[in-house]
Amino acid sequence: MTDLAYLPGLGAARKARALPPSVIGWILPLVLVGAWEAAARAGLVRSNHLPAPSVVALTILHLAQSGDLTDHLTATLGRLGLGFLAGAAAGTVAGSLTGASRTLRLLVDPLIQGLRSVPSIAWVPLFILWLGIFEASKVALIAVGVFFPVYLNLMSGIAGVDRKLIEVGRAHRLGHVELIRRVLLPAALPAYIVGLRGGLGLGWMFVAAAELMGASEGLGFLLVDGQQTGRPAIVIAAILLFAVLGKLSDIVLARAGQALTAWQDTEGAR
Amino acid sequence: MSNLLEIRGLAKRYDDRLVLGPLHLAFETGETVAVIGRSGCGKSTLLRLVAGLDRPDAGTVSLAGRPIRPDDVAIVFQEPRLMPWLNVAGNVGFGLKHLPKLERADAVAEALDVVGLSEAATKLPKQLSGGMAQRTALARALAVRPKLLLLDEPFSALDPLTRAGLQNHLGEVRDHYGPTILLITHDMDEALALADRIIVLDGPPGRIVAEFAPRLPRDIKRTAPAFQRWKDRLIDVLGPAQAPAGTLTKLEDHRHAV
Repeated sequence: MTDLAYLPGLGAARKARALPPSVIGWILPLVLVGAWEAAARAGLVRSNHLPAPSVVALTILHLAQSGDLTDHLTATLGRLGLGFLAGAAAGTVAGSLTGASRTLRLLVDPLIQGLRSVPSIAWVPLFILWLGIFEASKVALIAVGVFFPVYLNLMSGIAGVDRKLIEVGRAHRLGHVELIRRVLLPAALPAYIVGLRGGLGLGWMFVAAAELMGASEGLGFLLVDGQQTGRPAIVIAAILLFAVLGKLSDIVLARAGQALTAWQDTEGAR
Repeated sequence: MSNLLEIRGLAKRYDDRLVLGPLHLAFETGETVAVIGRSGCGKSTLLRLVAGLDRPDAGTVSLAGRPIRPDDVAIVFQEPRLMPWLNVAGNVGFGLKHLPKLERADAVAEALDVVGLSEAATKLPKQLSGGMAQRTALARALAVRPKLLLLDEPFSALDPLTRAGLQNHLGEVRDHYGPTILLITHDMDEALALADRIIVLDGPPGRIVAEFAPRLPRDIKRTAPAFQRWKDRLIDVLGPAQAPAGTLTKLEDHRHAV
């Protein structure tokens, strides 16, 4: 075989391929942070608009040392966890039923699709009227955001299950509930996990929205607080924490999903 | 022998078009009956009606004089149709959830042993060859110890070597479990090698046009004169178009040799 490594492009590409995928993903953010730090130190950006990454890191450190960070994280993660559980549970039940029953799908799905078109923020006044301005309305808003992707993916996943597998279940005389539990849900699991990941992503978006509208603690509160007190480092710290936590939670869900669907005969499952 | 399965006046319509029957058939206990016929003649419809997967428009199917119960019947389809998230043992035990765990494990182990897949119990369907997957499907059907085993062209998607191996397995299965078998097939060799009785369907609407009881010895070679004579008779009924590619040539060769 001819060694083509002396070609500049090919040599670099081979080195990049030799790096683990998780490392490759860090290259661009680290380069950007480095450039940002250099630009800030050289005075190319105004520190009251875009403080240096080192300043942001110190801000996070101070928040952590004072214990405030733990309080804000606990508040945000608590709301997100409750909202995610409620929305995912409702989406799972509704998606299972409408996916398994054509009659229910015809009856219920158009209504749910109509509600899906309502901008999420439009629910806020109603939830505040119904549930007050405290935790319940925030959790409800997050649950609404989580519900739709879970519902949609599970319903279409179940409705798309191979008819031949369903027939095996029927040949073994499985009842409706058993058929859903032993054939439809496992077969729809890959689509369901996609729905859960989508729901969690929207959950993060909605928890920020809910906390922006009125909270005394949480990462969303830090955003508002930083803006009102003229401390951009706090705002950027909160944004970075949202990004890191959102990514970490997605990685956890994706890894769990990969382990649960390793039976798939697909390129992604290898 | 007593009649196990009785089919009386069985008929099926699709969109007001009669596709099968009225059909009358009786199977003796432990008998293997092959139903052979051209595509679309109603063979698979007959099997689906007996399996309870479709409802007949007329007629009855009874087992030992009573309606068929869920645990009486097992079916092997043309494709393995394994649950991809279950390993081989899980698939074989799919119809045994009502049994206690130990009893279920024993039934699974026995069925896997009969089809020669004991070593593959923990493999996932994606790790199986076509032949292994179809043997798993056969084991899944056997594990429920059905009185009636329905086979819907179970080996037609396999290469000839694997098919021959599985046909031998089916012989062993019959000896071990002794179920009554309804085998739907296109393959005359398969029907002659495995069946006690061969029913030729024509249609639509599917109706019986001939019935043979070759009862050839189990170990008969497919090149044996007796085997070829029965094959000739089947070709006469089915017409040359139904003979698998190469069959007629082989018959001619055989005649010259004789």
